Amino acid sequence: MITYLQAITAALDKALADDPRVFLYGQDIGAFGGAFKVTKNLALKFPGRVLDAPLSEDAIVGVAIGAAIEGMRPVVEMQFADFSTCGYNQIVNHAATLFYRTGVSCPIVVRLPSGGTPGSGPFHSQSMETLYAHYPGLIVMTPGTVEDAYSMMLEAVALDDPVIFCEHKFLYNHLKAEKLPQDSTPVGKARLARHGRDATIVTYSAMVHESLAAAEELTEDGYEIEIVDLRTVKPLDTDTVLASVARTGRLLCVSEEWPWGGVAAEVIARVTSEGFGLLDAPPQRLNARDTPVPYHPDLWTAHRPTADAIVAATRRLLEM
Amino acid sequence: MLLARILEEKLASLYRAGAIKGGVFLGRGQEALSVSVGIHLRKGDIFAPLIRDQAGRMAFGDTVLDTLRTYLGSQLGSMRGRDGNIHRGRPREGYYAMISHLGAMIPAVCGALMARRMRGETGVVGATCIGDGGTSTGAFHEGLNVAAVEKLPLVLVIANNQYAYSTPASRQFACKDLMDKAVGYGVASHRVDGTDLSECLRVLGEAVRAAREGGGPQMVVGDLLRLVGHGEHDDASYIDPALKAAHLGRDCVKVGENFAVENGWATVEEIADWRAEAKKEVDATAAKVQREASPDPAEEEWTAISDARLADNFIEA
Repeated sequence: MITYLQAITAALDKALADDPRVFLYGQDIGAFGGAFKVTKNLALKFPGRVLDAPLSEDAIVGVAIGAAIEGMRPVVEMQFADFSTCGYNQIVNHAATLFYRTGVSCPIVVRLPSGGTPGSGPFHSQSMETLYAHYPGLIVMTPGTVEDAYSMMLEAVALDDPVIFCEHKFLYNHLKAEKLPQDSTPVGKARLARHGRDATIVTYSAMVHESLAAAEELTEDGYEIEIVDLRTVKPLDTDTVLASVARTGRLLCVSEEWPWGGVAAEVIARVTSEGFGLLDAPPQRLNARDTPVPYHPDLWTAHRPTADAIVAATRRLLEM
Repeated sequence: MLLARILEEKLASLYRAGAIKGGVFLGRGQEALSVSVGIHLRKGDIFAPLIRDQAGRMAFGDTVLDTLRTYLGSQLGSMRGRDGNIHRGRPREGYYAMISHLGAMIPAVCGALMARRMRGETGVVGATCIGDGGTSTGAFHEGLNVAAVEKLPLVLVIANNQYAYSTPASRQFACKDLMDKAVGYGVASHRVDGTDLSECLRVLGEAVRAAREGGGPQMVVGDLLRLVGHGEHDDASYIDPALKAAHLGRDCVKVGENFAVENGWATVEEIADWRAEAKKEVDATAAKVQREASPDPAEEEWTAISDARLADNFIEA
């Protein structure tokens, strides 16, 4: 069995082995192997290409941009997605604008260990995908399976554009697969994680699994829920979403991030403006609550969407 | 240096005539320091200039033509109307295009130098410029620290021009000397009278050589006074008249010209001829560029992503 975390390690290992332009840079990622051990053993295997950085997120991203201009393929780790705000300027103002301004692309990957885990609290739990998706010039990936964690990381390194790679910490060790994939869905395409007819849940990352559990529970009442895993939130695969809503007539968007102007809000905006006639009920969304992510596991469980909350929200949608 | 001064005088006049798209930010009073950076760099080096580096940019290979195209909004400029004025660059040629967020170019040059080192290239220098205000940003500190930790051949040039927009040095930093900031990171530092061209050439030459020969990052502080406003929209009424009258307020171009005459390298008449020649080139180029087309919004590729497959498709109403 291979975990979601090991799949990312395997992808980085392969990228380093296949392409001499690839190097890794981030805090504690060298001999120590990273706070979560994603880069375990890579420094030993690829001397001089897996480098510890000072506690300087702005400089870490800035270094990656300069190296990318010079033809390298840097992959940088933010120790937690939350700390990427300290490198935000370089990401959104430098990396994201470079191609449009100068015609020179900026092939960097910024890894964001994202999302909540019990006891992590306000500064080690955030979901940042919307912040980055807002800016033109960035690709934002949010893999929700072991297979996608592997194949999308390889694609992220191969792309010429800057990629924000949101890897979910809750999935790191919980999620397992038999083996690594041989092929993959093209980047930018959503995936039907479950077929159904009564309602569509559009989601991504860890919420795919909460949604799958909710859908399973709803089968007891005879409901068949379709689940769209967005995989990449930017670009957003509106076609796959609309095709699903055309089949079911009902839409619930589930996202672990905060509600204001998020991915769920964007999906609803697109379906409402491009597929209004497909809807049999007002589209709904379920997000985390609009507070900082709480520390206590009991509060945290009530803060983010869970399978139970998704079941309840889906029932309300089905009764509309 | 003289050409940069004359080009900038033209930019100011075009600005007053309303011909410039956007703002104009000039380096009057900073040419000696700036040109000394550009002149000591070689092809294959990296240069990330900042807003008052017209002279350094031209010494590194930028042209009157591309400068005017960028300021006047010609579609033939290197930025194609997508960005303007001092944000221009040609990153593929080692001439980086600054962003407005001060300090941000320092770690980028560090990364470029790390990339060159990983590829086994030696003898490369990366230089970048900033002002006294920019030394207060987090990016400045993070970047300088990375340069020191990685022992990179970075030359960081600080134009200590006494004001960050309108804010005087006394409200900017409390260390006795900006050189102290280098000491804090284990970086070698140099001081130079930024009004004195020959001194600037000497000190920058030493700093670039030290970086090239493996001496690690070098910080150079040039003391001078900005002789114009922050931009041409700014009358700079906040500048202390006593500073203008002091040594710092000397015009480095005049100082350089006098130095050349005193040493018998050029006559007053020859310098007048150089000026006239430069003015002729600048005026002719400006006239040509003013006839060039602006970028066409209908022809613009409205995508910020290089991989067209991955452009997000927003349906417009």
